[in-house]
Amino acid sequence: MALKLADYKTEVHNDWCPGCGDFGIVNALQMALAEMGIERDKATIFSGIGCSGKTSHFINTYGVHTLHGRVLTFAQGGKLANPEMTVVAVGGDGDGLGIGAGHFVAAGRRNVDMTYIIFDNGVYGLTKGQASPTLKLGEKTKSLPSPNTNYNVNPIGLAVTSGFTFVARGYSYDVRHLKDLIIKAVRHKGLSFLDVLQPCPTYNDINTRDWYAGVDLAQESMERHSRIYKLDDMQFDPIVHYDDETEVNEKLSQALIKSLEWGNKIPIGVFYQNELISEYSTRLTDKIPNYLENPPAKQKISENGLPTTDVSEILDSLRV
Amino acid sequence: MSAIDFTWLIGGPQGSGVDSGANVFSKVCAEMGYSIFGKREFYSNIKGEHSYFAVRVSNKEIHSNVNDVSLMASFDAETIFRHFNEVPKGGGIIYDSDLDKTYTDEVHTLDNYFKQRLHDELESKNKPFTIAGVLEIAKEKGVNLYPVSFREILTSLAEKTENPKLKGMVRLFNVIAVSLSLGLIKMPLDSLLKSIDSIFSKKPQIAEINKQAANFAYDYAKSKFGNFQYTLTGTTKQPDTILVQGHFGTSIGKMVSGCRFQSYYPITPASDESVYLESHELLEIQNDRPGSTIVIQTEDEISAMGMMIGAALTGTRSSTSTSGPGFALMTEALGWAGINEVPIVITLYQRSGPSTGLPTRHGQDDLLFAVHAGHGDFPKIVYASGDIEESFYDTGRCFNYADVYQIPVIHMMDKFLSSSVVTCKKFDPQKISIDRGMLLDKVEGEYKRFAFTEDGISPRSRLGLDNGVFWNTGDESDEFGHITEDPQVRIKMMDKRMSRLDLVTKRVPNEEQAVSFGVHDYTVISWGSTKGPILDAMFMLKKEGINIGFIQIKLIHPFPSDYVKSLLEDAKTIIDIEANHSGQLGKIFKQNISREIDYFILKYTGRGMTSTEIYDSLKKIVENKANKREVLSHGA
Repeated sequence: MALKLADYKTEVHNDWCPGCGDFGIVNALQMALAEMGIERDKATIFSGIGCSGKTSHFINTYGVHTLHGRVLTFAQGGKLANPEMTVVAVGGDGDGLGIGAGHFVAAGRRNVDMTYIIFDNGVYGLTKGQASPTLKLGEKTKSLPSPNTNYNVNPIGLAVTSGFTFVARGYSYDVRHLKDLIIKAVRHKGLSFLDVLQPCPTYNDINTRDWYAGVDLAQESMERHSRIYKLDDMQFDPIVHYDDETEVNEKLSQALIKSLEWGNKIPIGVFYQNELISEYSTRLTDKIPNYLENPPAKQKISENGLPTTDVSEILDSLRV
Repeated sequence: MSAIDFTWLIGGPQGSGVDSGANVFSKVCAEMGYSIFGKREFYSNIKGEHSYFAVRVSNKEIHSNVNDVSLMASFDAETIFRHFNEVPKGGGIIYDSDLDKTYTDEVHTLDNYFKQRLHDELESKNKPFTIAGVLEIAKEKGVNLYPVSFREILTSLAEKTENPKLKGMVRLFNVIAVSLSLGLIKMPLDSLLKSIDSIFSKKPQIAEINKQAANFAYDYAKSKFGNFQYTLTGTTKQPDTILVQGHFGTSIGKMVSGCRFQSYYPITPASDESVYLESHELLEIQNDRPGSTIVIQTEDEISAMGMMIGAALTGTRSSTSTSGPGFALMTEALGWAGINEVPIVITLYQRSGPSTGLPTRHGQDDLLFAVHAGHGDFPKIVYASGDIEESFYDTGRCFNYADVYQIPVIHMMDKFLSSSVVTCKKFDPQKISIDRGMLLDKVEGEYKRFAFTEDGISPRSRLGLDNGVFWNTGDESDEFGHITEDPQVRIKMMDKRMSRLDLVTKRVPNEEQAVSFGVHDYTVISWGSTKGPILDAMFMLKKEGINIGFIQIKLIHPFPSDYVKSLLEDAKTIIDIEANHSGQLGKIFKQNISREIDYFILKYTGRGMTSTEIYDSLKKIVENKANKREVLSHGA
């Protein structure tokens, strides 16, 4: 029986603020799951803590709402033990790039085949609007007592330099484009990262929906002038096509340079993709040939309540 | 057959082969049928600081070290300075005669605190601050000295084998020290050569050189050293004996118990277990395709904990292994596992805290921490093993407890256990059972992960199971696992989870909760690795007609109050023995049983207890000469 979009929605009341950018991301994620036809019981959404952390409760697949900053650790453990599952991890920018930044970098080095989506709004919403890691230096969102004293993290730049093999940015009010990005990210072999710009209507009064739409710029120039533009429209080729140092360096540095673009022009789309880097399960199968056919979650460990693991060779070697 | 009770000590700078020397010696003695109890002490250092290995050998079953060293084999000055006093009258010291004139100040790894104490002693006895000075003290006490020039041995060996390279091979000092010792105690040479072959089985050339050196040194000792009161020529071998290192119990236990995922961050003394699991990651399975353990070295202990929980949610038996500082980082996620009823096993190899503390030394400081780890009220099990053999079977129990009660289990181990090398009865995998509790293989109809049931345990689905969709959250949740802040649901959920504690004390069999080694007027309570030295001390006292009781408490949390209380009904004086400062088990005992501890025997120097020390303290207690707190301090 083919699954419909409605099948991926739960009845849990959604208590996000009206106009929250998070709605667009949840919708896009549900649409992507439906379009890919992934069975509800073959996917797990792992989430962090904060407004975005509630995402897993709104999606009718397995949902694991974890701890602040730790979502990638839970998600990787789940995926490694049961590699047949589709795994998507979600969380805020404070969650993933502040308290969880160490895990972000380490996850890139592993390149486990799963997707990580950051809901990027520049503030800690659920604790009333403190500055988060992506807020720019000197900016003062409305509940900050004084302007932000920290330089911002560059999520795209950090991802490409940490070893993520698919790095993209979406915009929560362009749901169709975001849905397509999610599908690409999930289908990518390796760890994919999606930085989703997501206005917080309650606490971020700088990077608002109108700001992204360029309403202020339009007033100056008397025409419509969105800040957001798509890399797809610019003949930007993010893919590493062959395993060659020059090619890799070119694609990495082009992604890094693009990631620095901000202000009146903000690119969305795929910045970088490299499927030539081994995905973690192939690193495991190099040591454990039948890992994918017989992963931890599928292994039989007992028969009639007795263990079936044969350690006699080890015990014999210890015998005196 | 006369009783053999012989302790051999080898010391040297870290990285000089003290460990492999001790391994050869232990293997030889074990192969010759003796019981072995070996203990390794080392600094938090890679190369240069003093490390030593004391191996006790007996033709009776032994479970501990003693204070006295029967024979010390040294090839550096520091070992002599630090340990000469441990050799009693009639014992022996094999030493490098080239070191005679070495001053304490020339040994830069001798710290000032120790040096000051040593100088005071030498000064009071009118001896120079040299090796010759300390050896004079030993000699006057009646210790036999066996001087030998290690360099001359190498030179003669090089000449004899026509291999000039051997002349400078100081790496052979360890095997020379072992062989001199074995020659002196007249252990058959074949067993030494066989052990070298088996230890260097993958490096035949190195084995050959070592065997040449062994042969030469063995003959040297036999012909030049003269008589020694200890002769160990072998004894009747006990069937099915194995020689194991500290972490083998839990690591092989994990393989057998079906643990298929282990995440960890490197920390002493826990990481040996994970490294061992990874080096044996491919598993043979009866009547099935090969299995495997996925071992992941994570970026920190927080990640190790998160990954383990993620893996456990897929129905995989999952575990981590850590020590105090690492466990401190894991506690937030421990609460997550608690509220989400996730079965996980944390093997906690304790060392001395607080903070980094004595990072490579022993301690049982983390009992109260383990019991109280994590914020909020949630159920967990804290279970303690007393020796390496036990830890194999206990690992099986811990996984069953985790699965059956769907709660985190903290398996208490420690550095004393992890750096012991002992002979014990071969582990029997068929004595481990596997009970996965309410883990589901299929789901039909509507599924609620946290369904309210009569005994508080809900059937458990796993990530990826057909029709078994559920949600988890660290927030309070309803039966589906969705967030709720409803006060009535909160009461029911808290009650459901916490009722697990009563269930554990009710359902876990008594013999798994605590073990009674007899109850007398004076009865010891203790937990963990103090078991071995306590048993040996009891045996020594019994020979003098003093009967001491001993209750080893294994299930520490939830505390089996009723059972322990009933066991101790006839005990008049309760003695708590622990390797920590505050008598942590004593506090738990008093809180649960409302009974005072009469005496504490405590040690927190970072060195394990010897049976001699416990014997001395128990005797003082029985003779009414003891303080309420007896604090032990033996060991370099």
